Amino acid sequence: MSEIQATPAPVKAEFGAGLREFWHYYSVNRGAVIGLVVFTLLVLIAIFAPLIAPHSPDQQYRDALLVPPMWDAMGDPRFLLGTDPVGRDILSRLIHGARYSLFIGLFVVVGALFVGVILGVLAGYFGGWVDAMIMRVMDIILAFPSLLLALVLVAILGPGLFNAMVAIAIVLQPHFARLVRAAVMAEKNREYVTAAKLSGASHIRLMLITILPNCLGPLIVQATLSFSNAILDAAALGFLGMGAQPPTPEWGTMLASAREFILRAPWVVTFPGLAILITVLAINLIGDGMRDALDPKLKRS
Amino acid sequence: MLNFILRRLALIVPTVIGISLCAFFFVRVLPGDPILAMAGQHGVTPERYEILREQFGYNLPIWQQYLDYLGNVLQGNFGVSLSTKRPVLTEFMALFPATIELALVAMLFAVAVGIPAGIFAAVKRGSWFDQFTMGVALTGYSMPIFWWGLLLIIFFSGYLGWTPVSGRISLTFFLRPITGFMLVDTLLYGNWPAFVSALRHLILPAIVLGTIPLAVIARQTRSAMLEVLGEDYVRTARAKGLSPRRVVNVHALRNALIPVVTTIGLQVGLLLGGAILTETIFSWPGIGKWMIDSISKRDYVVVQSGLLLIALIVMAVNLLVDVLYAVINPRIRVK
Repeated sequence: MSEIQATPAPVKAEFGAGLREFWHYYSVNRGAVIGLVVFTLLVLIAIFAPLIAPHSPDQQYRDALLVPPMWDAMGDPRFLLGTDPVGRDILSRLIHGARYSLFIGLFVVVGALFVGVILGVLAGYFGGWVDAMIMRVMDIILAFPSLLLALVLVAILGPGLFNAMVAIAIVLQPHFARLVRAAVMAEKNREYVTAAKLSGASHIRLMLITILPNCLGPLIVQATLSFSNAILDAAALGFLGMGAQPPTPEWGTMLASAREFILRAPWVVTFPGLAILITVLAINLIGDGMRDALDPKLKRS
Repeated sequence: MLNFILRRLALIVPTVIGISLCAFFFVRVLPGDPILAMAGQHGVTPERYEILREQFGYNLPIWQQYLDYLGNVLQGNFGVSLSTKRPVLTEFMALFPATIELALVAMLFAVAVGIPAGIFAAVKRGSWFDQFTMGVALTGYSMPIFWWGLLLIIFFSGYLGWTPVSGRISLTFFLRPITGFMLVDTLLYGNWPAFVSALRHLILPAIVLGTIPLAVIARQTRSAMLEVLGEDYVRTARAKGLSPRRVVNVHALRNALIPVVTTIGLQVGLLLGGAILTETIFSWPGIGKWMIDSISKRDYVVVQSGLLLIALIVMAVNLLVDVLYAVINPRIRVK
C-alpha cells in the first residue's frame, strides 16, 4: 500500500500537505484501501487487456461451445472460466470488458460533472430567474425514474454504447447541479468572496476561481458514486438490449446474450455479473472512504 | 400545515407542465412514423395515410398538437395504444396493481430487514455484526439487480426447484381480479393453493427489487441511529438509569426514524426503475415490462402517456413524503 501513498507528486507544499492529510484519514478505513487496490488492479487490467487476455475476445472456438470453467470435470485447461455459446473465451471477454466499463464510468462522470457544474454554478451564483429556470429543468429530469428516462433517451438517439453513455450522463447530471448550486449559495456571501468582488474580480473569476474550489469535497464524493452508478446503468441498458450491441464484450451485453442458457450453463451468466459487482463495489468502497475522509464532522483530531 | 401543502403544490405545477412537455416531445423525436407503425407490415395507401394523419391530428402545428394532448390528458384521456388498440389508461390500470404489489412487498422486505439490521449495527458499533452487516449492505447497494435475479433463478428455481421462473401465478388458476393484487384476491376467493402459488411467484422478484432499498435503508438507519445516540437527551436518559433497551427503542429510535422515513419515500423512483429490470427478468406483467415492450414495439402513445403517468406518480409520492416529513418534524414547516 505504500506505493499508492507515494504516487501523486506534490504540486505545491500546501497541496501536498492537504493530500497527506486526506490520505491519513482515508487510510484509516480498511475497506476504502481494499477498494482502491482492487480499482487500481482493474485499471491495469483494462490498460493491458490485449497483453493479459489469453485469447482474442472475438475468437470463436467452434470445437469448444459452452465449455464449463477449468475446475469443472468437463472443463478445458485452455479456457479458465469456460466459453460462451459461440465458443469465445469468457475470461478474455471479461478482461476486455473492463475497458468498456471503466471508460463508460469515466466518460459519463466527466460529461455529467462538466454540464452539472456549469449549470449549478450559474444557478447558485446568479439566483433569481436563472436559478428558477435551471432548477425546474433539473426537477423535471429527476421526476422520471433514471433508468426509464435513460431508456427513452436511448430509444430516441438509437441503441448503442455511445448514446447510452450520453443518456446516462444526462440523467446523472442534475445531482451535480443541485450539489454545486447548494455549495455555491452557501459560499457566495462569505467574506473572502466579498473581498474578491471588491478587488474587482469578474463574474467568471468569482464563480470558477474564487468559489468553485471550495465546493470540491462533496463533488468528488458525488463523482465517485456517479462513476459506479454509470457502470451499473450502462450494464442494465446493455442487458435490456439498448446499450452496447453484441458482439461487444461489454459485461451487461454479455449477460443479455447468455440469458437463455442460465439453467444449462450457469457460468456464462455468473462471471460477467460478478465482474460488474466487484467493480462497482470497489468504487463504492472508495466513495465511502472519500466521504469519511472529506467530511470534517467525522474527523477525529 | 395547509399553507405548507399549498406552497409545495404551487412549486410542482411548473414541473408537471415541464414533464408533460418532455413526454410529448420525446415521443415526437423518436425515429419512425407513428402512422406507419400503426399500420403494421401491410402499410397504407397515400390517401389513407393522409386521412389517418388528419384523424390523429398529426397535420396540425406541433403546439396545437401539444395543447390538444394536454386537454385530453386533463380529461383523463391518455390516448389509445397503437399495438393493442386499447385505451392507455385502461392498460395502465390493469397492469399497475402488479407493479404496486411487487413494489410494496419488496419495500416491506427491505424495511423489515433493513431497519432492525441498521439499529443493531449502530448499537453494536464496531462489532463483527456491524462490520458484517455494513459489508453486506454495501454489496447489496453495488448489486446489478438483473444479474442478482438471474443468480436467484439459477439457485432457487433451477437447482432447488422451489420457485417458479416467471409470471404472477400458476396458469392452472384462473381468478377474475377484484383488487388486482394477487395475494389479496386469492385470499378473498378463499383459494388457498392459489395464494400459495401467488406467493411463490412473488418471493424472488420481491427480494431482487428490495435488495438495493434494503441496503440503503440499513445504512441510513445505522448512521441516523449513531447520530442520535450521541445526543445529549440520550445521555440524559442513560444517566437517569433507564434500561438500554428503553433508551434505544423509545428515546433514540423515534428520532432516528425521521430521516429514514424520508429515505424510504425517496426510494419510490428507484423502485419503479428497478421494476423495469425485475419485471423483465421474471416476466412479471407490470408497468415496467409494459414500458420496455412499448419502447421496443415503438408504441408512441403508450411510451408518451406511460412516461407522464409514472413521473406523476413519483412526484405525488415525493410530495406525500414531504408532507409526512413536515408532520413528524414540525421544524420543517417554518422554512
